Amino acid sequence: MSEPIAADIEVLLRQAFRPVEPPESLATRLESTLQELTELAAEELEAWELSSMRDPRNWVRPVIAAAVGTAAGAGLVVLRVRSQHRKQRKQVQGVELARRTIRAAGHEVRRVIDRR
Amino acid sequence: MDKVQLDREFSDLYRAHLRDVYSYAYYRVGNHHDAEDLTEQTFLQAYRHYERALRESDGRPLRPWLIRIAHNLAANLYRDRARKPQTPIEDTGTLSALHTTEDLVEGRDELARILEGVKELPDDRRDALIMRFALGMDNREIARAMGRTDGATKVLIHRAIKQLEEIVVARGGAR
Repeated sequence: MSEPIAADIEVLLRQAFRPVEPPESLATRLESTLQELTELAAEELEAWELSSMRDPRNWVRPVIAAAVGTAAGAGLVVLRVRSQHRKQRKQVQGVELARRTIRAAGHEVRRVIDRR
Repeated sequence: MDKVQLDREFSDLYRAHLRDVYSYAYYRVGNHHDAEDLTEQTFLQAYRHYERALRESDGRPLRPWLIRIAHNLAANLYRDRARKPQTPIEDTGTLSALHTTEDLVEGRDELARILEGVKELPDDRRDALIMRFALGMDNREIARAMGRTDGATKVLIHRAIKQLEEIVVARGGAR
């Protein structure tokens, strides 16, 4: 008696726990959070007084800020370009799509560099 | 591996598992608002530690690692909230809403009863069932995500199903 019920429960669990699609806004929010992280890292570097850099004990934080900024910035370019690529794929195909993707990548790299 | 390649791989990981992480988060916290926050924090933390995770994974899939981050963050979220004073009344709707089972199961009473029963399970048993049935993870993946052995995970899932069965039967059956 017990086993068939357990089997039923597994079937019902599979039906009940269907995957949940994330909202469209979530991807946008994720990218924007990464962007903020980049900006915070850049500000951290700018705010750091050059004189304090003479003391090696103060080197750790700017190095971490630079690492976070670089990592988040580069990741952001990839995510943004992929997002634009997905949108454009719905509208154009072939050479034109490739041309637009390359142009978008260049644009995003410039944006991230300009913000630093 | 250079930075460009690393970012490309992270981007692939993000796209491949956004739905998994979001599904886990949603069933774990029970509302879209917190599920979005949890998903966002999971990927940000994953991004910070991605290079090391790649190195230490030794070629194994990284989905259990991602879910483990979400699992730990969810535990922290509940721990932090337990320490705080009562939630203001105006926030209760978004912060503590339980599963809206009607949305999930489209009014099927049987499935709604199952999800209600799942909510009564201890956290680790509930998590294991979410990983198994919402994400389709096997015992080995779940073991890695929960930091347990394969054997302990098998027992955990077995006990979770047995306990759920008892809850459902006590409430009037699943059929």
